[in-house]
Amino acid sequence: MSRTNVILLAVLLTAACALPFIVSNYRTFQFTLVLVYAIALLGLNILTGYNGQISLGHGAFYALGAYCAAILMDKMGAPYWVTIPAAGAVCLVAGFLFGLPALRLEGLYLALATFALGVATPQLLKYHHLEKWTGGVQGIVIAKPEAPFGLPVNADQWLYFFTLAVTLGMFLLAWNLLRGRIGRALMAIRDHHLAAESMGVHNALYKSLAFGVSALYTGVAGALGAIAVQFVAPDSFNIFLSIMLLVGIVVGGLASISGALYGALFIQFVPNIADEISKAAPWAIFGIFMIGFVYLMPTGVAGAVRLLLARRRSHEI
Amino acid sequence: MRELRAGYGHTRVLHGIDFAMEPGSITALLGANGAGKTTTLRALCGMVSTEGEVRFSGESIARRRTEDIARLGIAHVPDGRGTFLNLTTEENLRLGAYVRRDRRNVEPDLERVYGYFPRLRERRRQQAGTLSGGEQQMLAVSRALMLAPKLMLLDEPSFGLAPLIVRELFNILRRINQAEGVSMLLVEQNAAMALELADHAYLIETGRMVLAGSAAALKQDDAVRKSYLGY
Amino acid sequence: MDALLFQVLAGLATGGIYASLALALVMIYQATHLVNFAQGEMAMFTTYLAWSLISAGMPYWAAFVITIALGFALGALIERIVIRPVENAPVLAVVVVFIALLVILNSIAGWIYTYTIKAFPSPFPKEPLFGIRYMSAHELGAIGITLVVLTTLYLFFRYTPLGLAMRAVAQNPQSSRLVGIRVGWMLALGWGLAAAVGAVAGMMVAPIVYLDPNMMGGILLYAFAAALLGGIDSPMGAVIGGFTVGVLENLLGAFVIGNELKLTVALVLIVGVLLVRPSGFFGSVHVSRV
Repeated sequence: MSRTNVILLAVLLTAACALPFIVSNYRTFQFTLVLVYAIALLGLNILTGYNGQISLGHGAFYALGAYCAAILMDKMGAPYWVTIPAAGAVCLVAGFLFGLPALRLEGLYLALATFALGVATPQLLKYHHLEKWTGGVQGIVIAKPEAPFGLPVNADQWLYFFTLAVTLGMFLLAWNLLRGRIGRALMAIRDHHLAAESMGVHNALYKSLAFGVSALYTGVAGALGAIAVQFVAPDSFNIFLSIMLLVGIVVGGLASISGALYGALFIQFVPNIADEISKAAPWAIFGIFMIGFVYLMPTGVAGAVRLLLARRRSHEI
Repeated sequence: MRELRAGYGHTRVLHGIDFAMEPGSITALLGANGAGKTTTLRALCGMVSTEGEVRFSGESIARRRTEDIARLGIAHVPDGRGTFLNLTTEENLRLGAYVRRDRRNVEPDLERVYGYFPRLRERRRQQAGTLSGGEQQMLAVSRALMLAPKLMLLDEPSFGLAPLIVRELFNILRRINQAEGVSMLLVEQNAAMALELADHAYLIETGRMVLAGSAAALKQDDAVRKSYLGY
Repeated sequence: MDALLFQVLAGLATGGIYASLALALVMIYQATHLVNFAQGEMAMFTTYLAWSLISAGMPYWAAFVITIALGFALGALIERIVIRPVENAPVLAVVVVFIALLVILNSIAGWIYTYTIKAFPSPFPKEPLFGIRYMSAHELGAIGITLVVLTTLYLFFRYTPLGLAMRAVAQNPQSSRLVGIRVGWMLALGWGLAAAVGAVAGMMVAPIVYLDPNMMGGILLYAFAAALLGGIDSPMGAVIGGFTVGVLENLLGAFVIGNELKLTVALVLIVGVLLVRPSGFFGSVHVSRV
């Protein structure tokens, strides 16, 4: 990593730590959600951006993570921090299992199957035989965790820092995973699966692992998100959640780690601004941005930033 | 046609070739694999990006769209024959006449084509994909004929066919040429057959025109004999 | 026994709607090898247009015909403006564009017409037709309309030069150009026809599920299942698949798993067909060469 990048990262981190002391509690909560989305987008990007498996149903894994957290906390009295690894583990297994049949589906068909998963999710969550656990249509309300050890921060600020720590950990893990052999293998499979196979990459294993890890990330995000909004209900996990995640990676930048952050900022704040025009406006804007980015800037914001930095560097020389 | 250059993407295949054709004649375009014969035909039809000038009956057709060029009466029998495999033989033929305005003449023309190729009449209701290679080549020629073209471009009609069938096909091509007055531009690797059929011939090597003349003269040319005729 | 017959007939009615939408999907798939995720929203949007016309006092059947024409124009326009630039783009880009189309149509409908549900009229009387007590007049009428649409399409593709040209383009665009067919226009025409068929499906299903911007979500899923079951490149298969899925959905819903998990049935059907028999029952099997 170059020196400028290290300095940039340090500045960013300091700013992130100072943030909750500068802005209101509500804004702090919003930034917590940005971090949550960033983790989820990173997860989807591992699968779709890096590995080329299109998922239009990642909201299902987000929902699974969220319900894991809610059920563990509300029905079993587990502390909130336990639910994060638990949700991750459950989603890892679920993702891996869904990834096994998905192995046989190419491009468009995988998109179709996951689209169906995304559409069917709310109905599954409402299923009355599961109502004892899921609370049916009503969903589950969960309590906001207080800061431990008598730390001088309020609940919103604490949850922000907790989420920030998890986010950092998840990003570091992804960075380690993706810049080395595994990342190269995933991209080789995306770009030319036959060539990858003939070079000794175990396609099936990598693809289902990518599915599992991707679901793990999204599940962890779901758990954190549930704790942040203190509530889970089936209808908040409809197909539009999955589509929003897709918007995030397209706008942020496919196959880019930093892109997850840009995408998260986009999907969190653009609707806030657009909401003032009309309830329907955010989605119209999402749609237009999706098309715009595909036509004009397929590498997303992250690609544009890279391009700008490279241009400045070449100017300096 | 003058100063024709053409290529695929960034790769240029033709480096400026000039040639002309007389109406009603058969012209052969000879050359080795990769010399640019197929590309020349594609350039004429606007299927590859081209530079230079192509005139047909006094009208400039370079850089026009393929479908518009077809509408001018240039029928291309592409390499690989371009059969609509899942359609019936007769549907393939009717597609050939798709752009014709003289709808009334289509039915008689269909009969005439069946006259040239009786085998196709037997197979008219059959899916074209089930035809043999020779029958598909006949179908491709017939489909082009259904356009009532002024010029036919034939890309390696002998490819992959048994010698006997090639001879039959070339005989019919000559009959069509004489009966209908259709000009033909024939691209062939089988130089001997092509020179027998053609009035004029050109020789292309690596995207350049190297020799031109009457078919009879080319047949006598030493270089052509050694490289392409094999005697 | 009565209950069973009742469910089968009701299933045929919704099945006809699935069949129409599945056919629209297949038409676009055949021409471009793309799956149109926005097909449902296009149908929804045109149904709203019909609602506007009827609310403005236009007689039902006039509105019906005009809506079909509007749907056709909408489909052709979308093809020319939105889809054309990504025709040869990677699958992901295409899927993103389709999804974008889906949300844009959905939000414009929400914007103009709000998200509150509206009743949509049926052109058929309230009393059962011909004294058939097992089906409502609307169900019977919907089946009739579906069959008329399907027959018309069949005759168009089978017996008209334009239909033949469209089939040719779907198979071999290159050769189609060589015989002078304007391939671009044929694709736009295909999209227009698909959207028009979708518009009919929307108008037939709206009296049953009511009109709201999200009304087509589940129906599209069933149409996907139908198209896949029949074979995504087989129009005949789509129609048979549609009726099959409709009946299956109703029987399973009534006697086996209840109505709560209907969408899960579609999900299982889709994944199941893709895994067990990706070409469906009537589709052509593709062997890819390595």
